Amino acid sequence: MAHGLEPAGGPQDEAALVSALRDGKEQAFEELVRTYSGRMLAVARRMLKDEADAQDALQEAFLSVFRAIDRFQAESRLSTWLHRIVVNAALMRLRSRQRRPEGSIDELLPKFQENGHFLDPPVGWKESAHTALERDEVRAQVRAGIDRLPESYRTVLLLRDIEELDTQETARMLGVSTNAVKIRLHRARQALRGLLDAHLRGEAA
Amino acid sequence: MITTCRELADFLMQYIEDELPAGQRTEFERHLAACPPCLAYLETYKTTIGLGKALCESPTDPLPNDVPERLVQAILAARAKTS
Repeated sequence: MAHGLEPAGGPQDEAALVSALRDGKEQAFEELVRTYSGRMLAVARRMLKDEADAQDALQEAFLSVFRAIDRFQAESRLSTWLHRIVVNAALMRLRSRQRRPEGSIDELLPKFQENGHFLDPPVGWKESAHTALERDEVRAQVRAGIDRLPESYRTVLLLRDIEELDTQETARMLGVSTNAVKIRLHRARQALRGLLDAHLRGEAA
Repeated sequence: MITTCRELADFLMQYIEDELPAGQRTEFERHLAACPPCLAYLETYKTTIGLGKALCESPTDPLPNDVPERLVQAILAARAKTS
């Protein structure tokens, strides 16, 4: 699965762990935390720029898990459930921090002439995504590009393209329409493409 | 109608996700076949999506084993209070 929260053990180990958690076995809670906290912290770090915020979100996520373990549906994957919970905890923390107005995305979108042609006609990139990401500077540029997006666009791009939630779930988590999610996602991808273009065209030193 | 590069850029995501009605899809592909900049735009847009996805899957990222022990202990202590 895309979110990468699965431990090595697989569904049988998950089922045994859930059963022990429901029985209130302390050892099971420690196993849960030790097995999943690293991967969950990685999700929180992707969404929150600040390490202290990411750690707080992880702690809040586990508190939600402890309170709700009895309501966990056995037919779901534990890893998927934990992923949604930590994403939600990170979103709550983002909302509590977001008090300043965000910048416009327009300056990052492609520009067109009056006749509808590109002002700066795109050219192809020299590398595929996987080849490019083998270089540390490209990885840093992708991260920096995502972080430069206005927050409401960055969040949608993270939830849809990085955490791989579907449009409906993203809309529900953010409290916006599915149409708003689609529009923001398209603009966020266009803006990120624009931010990476100079580097991946091979023009940047 | 999808006849200009601006319109193609507007409908790009719907094209990739196969959400364009047949008529618009034909117009889109007709423009694409005749317009190298739009073809480059489509390909680099798709690569951008791939870069984001691959970034979080990449095996060269540090393994997520660096949760501070004090944080693990704080979580377990919080659990003890909820039980």
